[in-house]
Amino acid sequence: MMGRTIFIDPGRCIGCQACVSACRECDSHRGKSMIHLDYPDEGHSVASLPTVCMHCEDPVAPCAEVCPADAILVTADGVVQQADTTRCIGCANCVNACPFGVPKIDLQAKLQMKCNLCYDRTAYGLAPMCATVCPTGALFYGTIDELRAERPGVQVADSFTFGSTTVTTGVAMVVPADKVQWPVPGGLPVVEINGRDVR
Amino acid sequence: MTATDPSRALPLDPSVAPPGTRNFRDAGGIPADRWHADQNEETLVPTHCCFCGVQCGMYLRVDRAGKVFGVEPRNHDINRMRLCPKGINAYQQVNHPDRLTAPLMRRNRDEPFREVSWEEALDHTVAEIRRIQGEYGNDAFGLLGGASLFSEKTYLVGKFARVALRTKHVDYNGRLCMVSAAGANKLAFGIDRAGNPFSDILLTDCLLIAGSNVGECFPVMTQYLWGARDRGASLIVVDPRQTAIARTADVHVALKPGTDSAFFNAVLHVIVAEGLTDEAYLAAHATGWDEVRATVAEYPPSRSARICGVPEEQIVQVARMFAGAGKAMAWHARGVEHHSQGVENCLTIINLCVATGNIGKPGAGYGTITGQGNGQGGREHGQKSDLLPGGRSISNPEHRRQICEIWGIEESELPPAGTSMMEMVWQMQRAEIRGLIGICNNPFVSLPNYATVKEGYDTLQFHAQFDFFLSETAANAHVVFPVTVWAEDEGVMANAEARVVKHNKAQEPPAGVRTDTWVICELAKRLGAGDKFAFPDSRSVFEELRIASAGTVNDYYGITYERLEETGGISWPCPTTEHPGTPRLFEDGRTYHPDGRIHLQVVEWHPPMDPYSEEYPLSLTTGRTVAHFLSGNQTRRLGALVEQTPRPWVEVHPSHGFRNGDPVRVVTRRGSEVFPALVTEAIRPDTVFVPYHWPVPTAANALTVDALDPRSKIPEYKVCAARIEAAERVDEVPAPPTAPGQLAYPETQVSRTDPLPPTSPQGRGTAERS
Repeated sequence: MMGRTIFIDPGRCIGCQACVSACRECDSHRGKSMIHLDYPDEGHSVASLPTVCMHCEDPVAPCAEVCPADAILVTADGVVQQADTTRCIGCANCVNACPFGVPKIDLQAKLQMKCNLCYDRTAYGLAPMCATVCPTGALFYGTIDELRAERPGVQVADSFTFGSTTVTTGVAMVVPADKVQWPVPGGLPVVEINGRDVR
Repeated sequence: MTATDPSRALPLDPSVAPPGTRNFRDAGGIPADRWHADQNEETLVPTHCCFCGVQCGMYLRVDRAGKVFGVEPRNHDINRMRLCPKGINAYQQVNHPDRLTAPLMRRNRDEPFREVSWEEALDHTVAEIRRIQGEYGNDAFGLLGGASLFSEKTYLVGKFARVALRTKHVDYNGRLCMVSAAGANKLAFGIDRAGNPFSDILLTDCLLIAGSNVGECFPVMTQYLWGARDRGASLIVVDPRQTAIARTADVHVALKPGTDSAFFNAVLHVIVAEGLTDEAYLAAHATGWDEVRATVAEYPPSRSARICGVPEEQIVQVARMFAGAGKAMAWHARGVEHHSQGVENCLTIINLCVATGNIGKPGAGYGTITGQGNGQGGREHGQKSDLLPGGRSISNPEHRRQICEIWGIEESELPPAGTSMMEMVWQMQRAEIRGLIGICNNPFVSLPNYATVKEGYDTLQFHAQFDFFLSETAANAHVVFPVTVWAEDEGVMANAEARVVKHNKAQEPPAGVRTDTWVICELAKRLGAGDKFAFPDSRSVFEELRIASAGTVNDYYGITYERLEETGGISWPCPTTEHPGTPRLFEDGRTYHPDGRIHLQVVEWHPPMDPYSEEYPLSLTTGRTVAHFLSGNQTRRLGALVEQTPRPWVEVHPSHGFRNGDPVRVVTRRGSEVFPALVTEAIRPDTVFVPYHWPVPTAANALTVDALDPRSKIPEYKVCAARIEAAERVDEVPAPPTAPGQLAYPETQVSRTDPLPPTSPQGRGTAERS
């Protein structure tokens, strides 16, 4: 299972966007935030959920697999890096391939950007900026044992199904202890392809 | 991190700002040269956030040229590296292009400002003080301070008013913050502060949060809350809105605004009825219990449930959870305190803690969560109209004598108690106060009933304001003194735990900018009191403050700058330099009343001061958003925070038939304004909510009522009668004022004209996403 990584706990998220501001401040993306917040039950609840790159392990990073320019490097420690600016052609294949909706394209610069787990910080033993500042611990950086030492009995998931495909990720999600489903269903069901109903 | 050559800037680099942009707000919230600093040579200056009462530790990143260019998390006891979005972006105000860098002056309000020398601005101000006081008496000139000032400066404000201006009219904007809690704590315990440190929250078995949107107002406190939950503690949230914390609570009591004391009396009723009180503790430590018990007998759950609009069973459930826990704590904030019975609301919560024996133990106690950074320390040393340094009463002859001795003046020279901030505005309206100096406050946004406030300030013959940005209030003044931001000076603040922390200087102020201390001392010198204000720096003021507080309940004598730097903060009282400070009160069972006992107080609920009617059937309540700080004078200029929450909205229940984004007119007896609707089930059907950080015509405080609590004189911000109706279009948010020569914000700024924020505040309903 995963080593030192980010654990996302939606139950703790207060929607404050400290992670968004922190990501904008880190040196990796220089003023651009690679995190976005989702509001899964809006109008009824104030629930919110931060989304960072899940650093897919199996299949290895769909974004990297589909990159025609071989611009997306997966490092030996499982971190899926953002596109190499000298190679990226801004084609957005990675955007379409990502099951979690993470990579972004700067249309003017024709470059892809995504979370690279703050490689400039984690390489020196620091936590990523978002998980460092997160006031509630909704983003936690460490090992599963460190997480469980703080939060006894916590359950996490690192497998997500999209239709018939299961994706195992380097980043894990905290799931309610009484509702553990494995793997976690992700994405919306496909109902139509090229105008054809495939349900 | 490597040095970046500007000529090799990547296309993604925001320092390549789009044509026509001029400041952080336009450039997306990051200073244009953010990554051009030579970061290999950076220095990390340890300090604290300038904003709320949590006072998170942080490092400011300073480049080789001595300029603040960024922030780095700091592993301080209080926040353990965590920061909220305000803290992360706070550094951007230090070198913001909107900074005032020269004194501004005009003879009449219909003239434009012109930049003048410090000599001219100071001399003119002193001439006006002399003229007004000569014609109308000393009390015709007033001083309004602020609770974001360092404690040294708040001490100076109080001393300057009484010794140099010789006026009784001095008060501060902490009057709008936690004075109800302060009054209640003083009545019950004889000491004005929280009973426990934040870290005690981690040890509790049941946490009651009342009237506090912790997630948005004090986000970093949630780490303590979640730590308690990890240990299995239960969580009770009392709030008319489903806040982010309420969403996950064991019980969320969504009571009708203005009914807190009826609710807590009923909870205590159940605790008494079910025999869950700690009679041994009450007998040994409290007075007034018989009277309180008799009063709460009149508040059965059936009665309070009707008043509060909550199920009876919930009252019983809360009583059993709180009294049945091994250790229980109650923390409250403005939702309980901003009422015409704010002090009484706090007293009912204290009654609950005391009746169950939850006082003075690890994991058991009470606290108030301060809004402003120095809301706690801001009133401790004489800035409040009725207090002298060390929390001494200005009406107590012995206390007056002690302070006059330290200040070197005759007791007959020391003015009596003055009036509160809102009352001073009414006195301005009546031309009883004709001249005013405002320091570090923005009443045009922060006081209720804007029309009254504007009229009061417009009636002033002379008005000077200290600020580092041109606030809405400063834009209405005759003289504006450009002063330092927090990172350009050193000083102490006391956070919500009464922990005194030290802020350090990270950068020299820009040319033309002076510290508040310097300006106050220069004015005092020109008023003939220079010998009493020979303070070259903050440290010298702090040394006098320590002596002036010695022997009082608010004893700072044992706290020194050196100790603060070594320890990361010391809680007062701290009477000697060997004393470790007092993080937790009443561990020996004694309070600060002469008899050492807790003085319980009887509270009867009464309805809010602005009555409901057929015309105004709803409750309007107000509050903060996570991205902005109080009047927004600072945060409404920082791009990332403006992007996060560009404008206010009105939160309405779906039963009113509006859709998200519909223009909704909110009408009260003071006026009306139009906001986009944010339709959500997270609010009561009989209540609407508007956040308050913006100026007219999008100011919640143009609608709120200026009714005051009779004891604390806090305004009743959290409830007034209102109605809502469909409108044609929303009112647009005006740009923050800027000084002459600084360009106005483009009128087409997208974030100000969009009907809804680009991101849904707390996910309560908008469709548009970034």
